[in-house]
Amino acid sequence: MKKGGIISLIAIFLGLIAGAILIMATGNDPVEGFTYLFQGGLKDSERIGNTLATATPLILTGLSVAFAFRTGLFNIGAAGQMLIGGFCALAIGLTVHLPTYLLLPLMVVVAMVAGAIWAFIPGLLKAKFNVHEVVSTIMMNWIAYWMVYYLVQNHFKGDTETESRMLADSATLKVPFLSDLFSGSFINLGIVIAIIMVIVISFIINRTVLGYELKAVGHNRSAAEYAGISVNRNVILSMMISGGLAGLAGVVQYAGNSSLIEIGVLPSEGFDGIAVALLGMNSPIGVFFSAIFFGLLSTGKGFMSAMTSIPPEISDVIIAIIIYFSATSLLIRKVINKLTRSRKYKKEILNSNVNVGEKVE
Amino acid sequence: MDLIIQIFPYAIAYTIPLLIVALGGLFSERSGVVNIGLEGLMVVGGFASALSISKLQQSYPDASWVIWVGLLIAMLAGALFSLLHAFASINLNADQVISGIAINMIAGALTVFLARNITGSGNIRITGMSRGDVDFLGLNLSHIPLIGSLFFKNAYSTTWLVLIILVISIFVLYKTRFGLRLRACGEYPQAADAAGINVYRIRYIGVMISGAFSGLGGAIILVTYSGEFSGSVAGLGFLAIAALIFGQWKPLGILAASLFFGIATTITNVAQVVPSFAAIPQLVLKVFPYVVTLIALVIFSKSSQAPKSVGVPYEKGKR
Repeated sequence: MKKGGIISLIAIFLGLIAGAILIMATGNDPVEGFTYLFQGGLKDSERIGNTLATATPLILTGLSVAFAFRTGLFNIGAAGQMLIGGFCALAIGLTVHLPTYLLLPLMVVVAMVAGAIWAFIPGLLKAKFNVHEVVSTIMMNWIAYWMVYYLVQNHFKGDTETESRMLADSATLKVPFLSDLFSGSFINLGIVIAIIMVIVISFIINRTVLGYELKAVGHNRSAAEYAGISVNRNVILSMMISGGLAGLAGVVQYAGNSSLIEIGVLPSEGFDGIAVALLGMNSPIGVFFSAIFFGLLSTGKGFMSAMTSIPPEISDVIIAIIIYFSATSLLIRKVINKLTRSRKYKKEILNSNVNVGEKVE
Repeated sequence: MDLIIQIFPYAIAYTIPLLIVALGGLFSERSGVVNIGLEGLMVVGGFASALSISKLQQSYPDASWVIWVGLLIAMLAGALFSLLHAFASINLNADQVISGIAINMIAGALTVFLARNITGSGNIRITGMSRGDVDFLGLNLSHIPLIGSLFFKNAYSTTWLVLIILVISIFVLYKTRFGLRLRACGEYPQAADAAGINVYRIRYIGVMISGAFSGLGGAIILVTYSGEFSGSVAGLGFLAIAALIFGQWKPLGILAASLFFGIATTITNVAQVVPSFAAIPQLVLKVFPYVVTLIALVIFSKSSQAPKSVGVPYEKGKR
């Protein structure tokens, strides 16, 4: 775990270096650019609030991807689950008239259930027919994309072609108390939901039988099966919990950070969640911090592009490069191993007697 | 019949980019490397061709060779960019799905970043290719009865380029030494290696072909029906993966699947103006390809033709 943390930091560092090279290549000053980038996310309490708010859906999608990863599943359908969850919550918020203290919990629960149902299908296909979850979640993403596209256009169309109607402030997670605390930021109750989920998920993973079974299935399916753990049940359950988390990201995004749903685009938070999970090494706490880091980059980019002539897409480039370096962490691992080889070599000699026995299969 | 003749050219226009990208995916997956970065590689191809064509059109406004140069540059750019994926998944044993996602994200962000530096808005406009009747040795082929009006009237010449590539691909995959080696690397790389085949080299070539074809697909969208680069191809790369699976990793299957998806897309687009299609809800047509692919995955789950070792990094000496 400790080495994983170092690798994440190195991946971030390499991503920033690559970003700096790109900024230089386009004739700008990287030091100036990064200064504004970080200032834009941290300068005053409003900006800090915005950073936390931007990080909120990322924490939830990151948890979603990380949770499925722990069971050996690759949920790249977080974007679709988030969209469906957010859409169902929005539909409730626009049509059902209830006092806020009832409406909001209803919306949150509906979003979670919708996301879970959307992920249930790939889970079932995986468990029953061994359909690879990467392919089925890609398909589910695009089904969600078109469903929300036409449902919004036909039933909840807003002022422009690509947007839904807006939720009233009383039907969103925005509360004056938090906005005032961060001097007018769009931070909302979503961050509270996200923090609660970080705690709940780390409790499930580390302290419950369910978490133990899920991890066992992730480490070795056959061994888990042999030990009497129902692999199929755990695969479906893991996908549903993962989808539920992504659904929560939807309500937080579309009824918190924003009050409407944008159609014709899959939410980038879904794919960024993969980056968040990778960088956070699939641990809830790691996810929390890496989401805040990505939130910082996203919030700061507007300020940076206003103060310099660097296009805001640079922060997306940096995030993408960080994922690439996390994916290729073997390279980094090799370099670290080379640097610490002399120490490790001695250890290996000491352990060599044990290893010989292991090689016989 | 009139209706078919009317919409057929449009269906072909949507099918062709899908076909060439899925065909690229075929080479990569048959060599044993999953490539879900097709979407991003299409964006790279679209960007490279948009940039080169818009620059060249400033100097040579009326030349038609400019577009062909753009297509070539798109293929080169796609192949070069796919090296990132090849390096990660072949040499570094990275998770091929994660690397593919990173490719998609890098491509989307990087091209818009560069386009903004160049144009300010992030969009690049070009004058595309025009449709025309296909001439062959001075004969106007559109006068052939029945098929003439379907295939040769009002067609883009890129359509024929892609169909020729399809035929060559079938030949290469099934009738040449290289094709056999490529398929062997996707099925059982250890055996291929034992037979003296350089698995790494073959896989590199497979991924680079997928990059070149995806780049070409992105560029074809640009020069035929879109005319503008905007940093996205709206999920066509993923649809191509669906076509690849639905076509069960076979060239002719892919042709049928992409035609199927192309017609579905066209019907959605013309549904408002053609009364006989208006009865079908657009949503049904749009989600159709994805639902069909899911169903196909379930049906073929017992007899899937997927390459056996696709997605598994090859490590020398590992049993």
